[in-house]
Amino acid sequence: MILTAEEVKKIAYLARLGIEHQDIESYTQDLSNVLDLMQQMGKTGTEGVLPMAHPMDQVQRLRQDLVTESNGRQNFQAVAPLVEEGLYLVPKVIE
Amino acid sequence: MHNKSIIELAKGLRSKAFSSVELTQSFLNRIKKHEHLNCFITVIADAALESAKQADAGISSGAANLLTGIPLAHKDIFCTQGVLTSCGSKMLANFNAPYNATVVEQLNHAGAVTLGKLNMDEFAMGSSNETSYYGCVKNPWHTSSVPGGSSGGSAVAVAARLTACATGTDTGGSIRQPAAFCGITGLKPTYGRVSRYGMIAYASSLDQGGPMARSAEDAAVLLQAMAGFDSKDSTSVDRPVPDYLSGLSGAIKGLKIGLPKEFFGDGLNNEVASVIDRAVEEFKKLGAVVKDVSMPNLELAIPAYYVIAPAECSSNLSRFDGVRFGHRCENPRDLTDLFTRSRGEGFGKEVKRRILMGTYALSAGYFDAYYIKAQQIRRLISEDFNNVLKEVDCLMGPVAPTTAFGIGEKIGNPIEMYLSDIYTIAINLAGLPAMSVPAGFSDGKPVGLQIIGNYFTEDKLLNIAHQYQSVTDWHQRIPNGFE
Repeated sequence: MILTAEEVKKIAYLARLGIEHQDIESYTQDLSNVLDLMQQMGKTGTEGVLPMAHPMDQVQRLRQDLVTESNGRQNFQAVAPLVEEGLYLVPKVIE
Repeated sequence: MHNKSIIELAKGLRSKAFSSVELTQSFLNRIKKHEHLNCFITVIADAALESAKQADAGISSGAANLLTGIPLAHKDIFCTQGVLTSCGSKMLANFNAPYNATVVEQLNHAGAVTLGKLNMDEFAMGSSNETSYYGCVKNPWHTSSVPGGSSGGSAVAVAARLTACATGTDTGGSIRQPAAFCGITGLKPTYGRVSRYGMIAYASSLDQGGPMARSAEDAAVLLQAMAGFDSKDSTSVDRPVPDYLSGLSGAIKGLKIGLPKEFFGDGLNNEVASVIDRAVEEFKKLGAVVKDVSMPNLELAIPAYYVIAPAECSSNLSRFDGVRFGHRCENPRDLTDLFTRSRGEGFGKEVKRRILMGTYALSAGYFDAYYIKAQQIRRLISEDFNNVLKEVDCLMGPVAPTTAFGIGEKIGNPIEMYLSDIYTIAINLAGLPAMSVPAGFSDGKPVGLQIIGNYFTEDKLLNIAHQYQSVTDWHQRIPNGFE
């Protein structure tokens, strides 16, 4: 296998993604299989090929620096799990 | 009523043969009757009847277009204001979108009646609809088979006549493969043709919304309302939208069709291959000329896609953190625990797999070997398409290597599932438009013909499909029990 269980745990931490302990092994296997598939890309030489990030090779469109949005805080906070007085609540960060 | 085309329905509404309220009620009754297919996540009956009433008033006063009063449904990836927009995930099982997607706005503006929201693979990640938090959708042609994915609910709702048409999205084949598996007509437009604003992002450089309908003609009507520039989508392309319906009249004599040999190699089911061969013969009878072509880098589409799409997904899905919307875990100890557990509880297995793959491919030390390499391969694939599309007007081949597979058959083996998108994925990498058109059956299950065109040739693709549908009746077949 290309990956170890420890590496999968590290990736999961980087992604802030909780994974049940009993599932680590199956993720390790699945991800190793996919990485194995990806190795096929190595067969083709790509030296000097410009990476393609976007199908249209577009650049960002510019617009006038004008206010276009009105304040929609109440509307957006209506779908938040926990808010108080217009603020999103999270666990204490600073002791 | 439920078997009529959109144009026939529009005529019926204008001649008062039936009202939009009656039409809407008849689809709502069918949705209820065929609930076991599991294609709707949310049905908004009262709101639908209310907008049908308004549509009837509009039609009476003469203020109407083809879609006014026509019932349709949206894939649950499109934000609908005040209505559950789950994206097939537990993460968003409590999310009533605070605004409408542009596509939803456009169709509302056209007077279409929204029946509800359609089931899909979780966050559009899947090829069988089995990754949905709301359970798998059943294929009306063969209920122990999958409908395809990720727009499985859309394909089934159209095939089973539970809606006149539906919206879908396609990141690696998610409109075309379910359309093929369910015997309907689906079109993935050119990247940038349809606004992505309010369409929940999976892989932003690949995602594209499009119409799923019973015929090319219906798809043309639907695309007409969906396409166009949107300043709210930074990758929307500012280019005039042709009149798709009037484009359906052109003869296709002399049309040059390319058959990529990579689409007909090992792995393609024999019966599917012979259905595609017969469809190509039909085009020859219509005066088309066929040419064999080759795209040598196509075989790398799957590995390149499964680097690029997960990389973009891991970045896009980082917004689900349990703070601003979506699922939040109980009693988080600290901030990291809040993020980690909310995401761990809210996402299903396939979504987690792709977040992990993407995070790995983007992490220090692997970025060049995987992500940059995949983007370079993406350019080679795109150049392959550009080269062959200089010689021919369109490409044809199968949509998928097999017909609809059994529920449970591939879900335990991700790689095998990924390979079912082998003929559709490359088109997304290049950003080209492509269609799935019903072309026959194998073992009683539908087979889809894929037609791929050059950038912004949706009008030509729709016409090619329409000419084929004028001489065949595969698109008019109805699954048993859904007549």
